[in-house]
Amino acid sequence: MLELSQLGCVRGQRLLFRQVSATLAGGTLLRVTGANGAGKTSLLRMLCGLLAPSAGEVRWQQRNITLVREDYARALLYIGHASALKDDLSARENLQAAQSLAGRPVRAEQARAALAAVGLHERDAVPARALSQGQKKRVHLARLALPDSAPLWILDEPFNALDTEGCDWLAARLAAHLQQGGAAVLTSHQALALDAGITQQVLAL
Amino acid sequence: MSAVLAAIDTDTATPDSSWQAMRCLFLRDLKLVLRRRSDSAAALAFFVIVASLFPLGVGPHMALLKQIGAGVLWVAALLASMLGMARLFADDFADGTLEQLLLSPTPLPLLVLAKVAAHWLSSGLILALASPLLAMQFGLPPQATLVLAASLLLGTPLLSLLGAIGAALTLGVRAQGMLLSLLVLPLLIPVLIFGAGAVEANIAGLGVTAHFSVLGALLLLALPTAPVAAALALRIALE
Repeated sequence: MLELSQLGCVRGQRLLFRQVSATLAGGTLLRVTGANGAGKTSLLRMLCGLLAPSAGEVRWQQRNITLVREDYARALLYIGHASALKDDLSARENLQAAQSLAGRPVRAEQARAALAAVGLHERDAVPARALSQGQKKRVHLARLALPDSAPLWILDEPFNALDTEGCDWLAARLAAHLQQGGAAVLTSHQALALDAGITQQVLAL
Repeated sequence: MSAVLAAIDTDTATPDSSWQAMRCLFLRDLKLVLRRRSDSAAALAFFVIVASLFPLGVGPHMALLKQIGAGVLWVAALLASMLGMARLFADDFADGTLEQLLLSPTPLPLLVLAKVAAHWLSSGLILALASPLLAMQFGLPPQATLVLAASLLLGTPLLSLLGAIGAALTLGVRAQGMLLSLLVLPLLIPVLIFGAGAVEANIAGLGVTAHFSVLGALLLLALPTAPVAAALALRIALE
């Protein structure tokens, strides 16, 4: 599915990493580890196509992602550090807007169900500004709970700001996604307990 | 695995999904404007105040006011529409929505166009609609007032389109508003000349077709090119 070929990253005058290669097939998880400032977020942004690699290339289905930008965008779900929520919109409106922009529009009931799945039963009509940090993260992660999800997930520190219950939900959701043949790249400091049969690669920067 | 690949192949890029994404973004931005009306209100208030200062400063010289009216109103509208311009992408940039726009399967220039359209409805259109009232302070004849409103209706989308390029180029820069004005205002000079010129020509009893044709041509030129330029600048700004 996704191939990282000899990636290098220079930010300002600093070399963050070089010669990073990995291959990600369906059903596998790539966990990126490294100290703070090692370039984990830069690597993920590179994989999304938000940041051009200083060296090497990222390939999706054997094609450079800059050549197949629209196909790749349709197959990709990126969840970054920022919550990507509009404070003046409700949780449900935010979720629906995000999905429409991603080319996978959902109906209001589906959005409500996804929000309920991440534990925001009664909070779907509340403006995002009234939600706590962890709840905002949950709204953002609710995109993972929708039935028609992209095959490739790229998640930047998805477990941050989540409580234990949220972490358990996310781990279960990840496992289900991988079992269905999807792939995921994430940065996380702790190892993930996944069922046997799921390949977990670790990439240390 | 093969099922997943099949799913990707079936939902290939359709104009429908692009249209839906544009519509969604347009409605989202309008909804945000309606829930936070202070920005549009500030631009309108600025327009009204600046346009009202001139008659007060110049004094009751009707002939002079009539002569400068079109120019003053056009300059005031131009400055007012630049007021909220910096926020066009800055808010999306700050909360991370801009990254999601860049990662959308819909071509970015189309999304920029949707944002510009929403911005114009909440700024330029309101200014154009308010202009006949302000024109009364300058004693503009009824027909010239109509020409003024029409020239603003045709010219303000241009201000929004060109402003979007500036907003994208200055994204994440300190003192963004200042830099944006320095960058964009010189580009807007042709719009100002032909917009205000149309009203003056009408007062002088000349035809306005030429002025409106130039404004229309500029708009047709900016409509496809400005969103592309802004989209390129956004990709660079987010690197």
